[in-house]
Amino acid sequence: MSIAIVDYGAGNLTSVKKAFDWLGHEAIITTDPEKVYRAARVVVPGVGHFAATATIDSNGQRQAIKSAIQAGTPVLGICLGMQWMFASSAEASQLKGLGIFSGECEHFPATVKSPHVGWNQLRCVQTSKLFVNLEQDPFVYFTHSYRAPMDKYTVATCEYGGEFSAAVERDHVFGVQFHPEKSGAPGIKLLEAFCNLPC
Amino acid sequence: MQFAMLTKRIIACLDVDGGRVVKGVKFLNLRDAGDPAELALAHSEAGADEIVLLDISATAEKRKTLLETVRRTARQLFIPFTVGGGIRSLDDASAVFDAGADKVSLNSAAVAHPELITQIAERFGSQAAIVAIDAKRMNESRSYQVFVAGGRTATGRDACDWAREAESRGAGEILLTSIDRDGTGMGFDCELTTAISTSLRIPVIASGGAGSAAHFADVFRDGHADAALAASILHYGITKLGHLKQELAAAGIPMRWPC
Repeated sequence: MSIAIVDYGAGNLTSVKKAFDWLGHEAIITTDPEKVYRAARVVVPGVGHFAATATIDSNGQRQAIKSAIQAGTPVLGICLGMQWMFASSAEASQLKGLGIFSGECEHFPATVKSPHVGWNQLRCVQTSKLFVNLEQDPFVYFTHSYRAPMDKYTVATCEYGGEFSAAVERDHVFGVQFHPEKSGAPGIKLLEAFCNLPC
Repeated sequence: MQFAMLTKRIIACLDVDGGRVVKGVKFLNLRDAGDPAELALAHSEAGADEIVLLDISATAEKRKTLLETVRRTARQLFIPFTVGGGIRSLDDASAVFDAGADKVSLNSAAVAHPELITQIAERFGSQAAIVAIDAKRMNESRSYQVFVAGGRTATGRDACDWAREAESRGAGEILLTSIDRDGTGMGFDCELTTAISTSLRIPVIASGGAGSAAHFADVFRDGHADAALAASILHYGITKLGHLKQELAAAGIPMRWPC
């Protein structure tokens, strides 16, 4: 199966590709909107500043991702890629996210250390197509300073200076704030479930 | 049901020299302890929350094997993987990331060229830029000085001041090693760890001196560490990592368990 990992200049994408390689799928890291649109699966990864997502607009990737979603292609946003699927982020409020999920991402409150780095436990609040093979409420690896708000499509939450959306799912569009490629066995199982989705 | 808070991390550290894992006492007397890729995987399966690989090779010839070691180690590793030692430029860092590292740890080069922290943070994100500080207590005073070049060279800089500067330049975490305690098994330096941890917003990884589960509990509780590094305590089977985490969980320290 062909998996396109969208390269918009936000951090190091080797680890994400390595995880799909391990699962035996052909993943390419690409900036090319055509390749994004044609892929059987699209992954929007990314770490770093929300301002980096401006590149998604300037190089035609936004339209390719939107077209892929309309065509029924499963799309997974990871970390910053998930936050970009919301309406916006306070980190760069002049930019627009994809708006598949509602609300604005915000910084952690001053009451906790930031960034939120390390392993934290998920609270699975709705059934999810990606969490099917996982143990209930697994520990996963996070590293982020901004967090996504709760939404009606939130399938897993996490607690750190308050509750936030750790995973969202709307039809065949998925977002995870944590790094499945760095979360040991539960993360690999989640990516495997994404590869094995029907369609 | 009670849901866990952010857990405290146990990070397995592999000091490598010319492609082999070694471990010394107070940075000296190195002994061979195995293959880095095999040990990293074994630690991951035993419950390590992260792996750090520090290249302590002194010669350029031995350093050439580093990228291949990183590549081999990263291939089967699906937990966070940090590489440090001899990273002096953005190009050095990029090569290590390309080989499969998630974070780089900067030490001497960050002291000499602090702008390197910012360059790496801007290109790869702050979460990928760890600044390692080797600190030594100065006589009877409560101050700690930063040493570089594997603990051999004094910089005259105060460890707290340098940690704050590193944070402001974009470091995502501080890896704090007590030179006085390194390899002794006498326990972490909780005073040093508290001083740094309470003056920063970014996480602090305590290192140097682990000899028992109680030492880890002490540095998490009294030292306010967010994570702790374990090296020689692990390779020689002094404490099994799984047992260590179970003991800590039983002592009320939030742990990722089962792994």
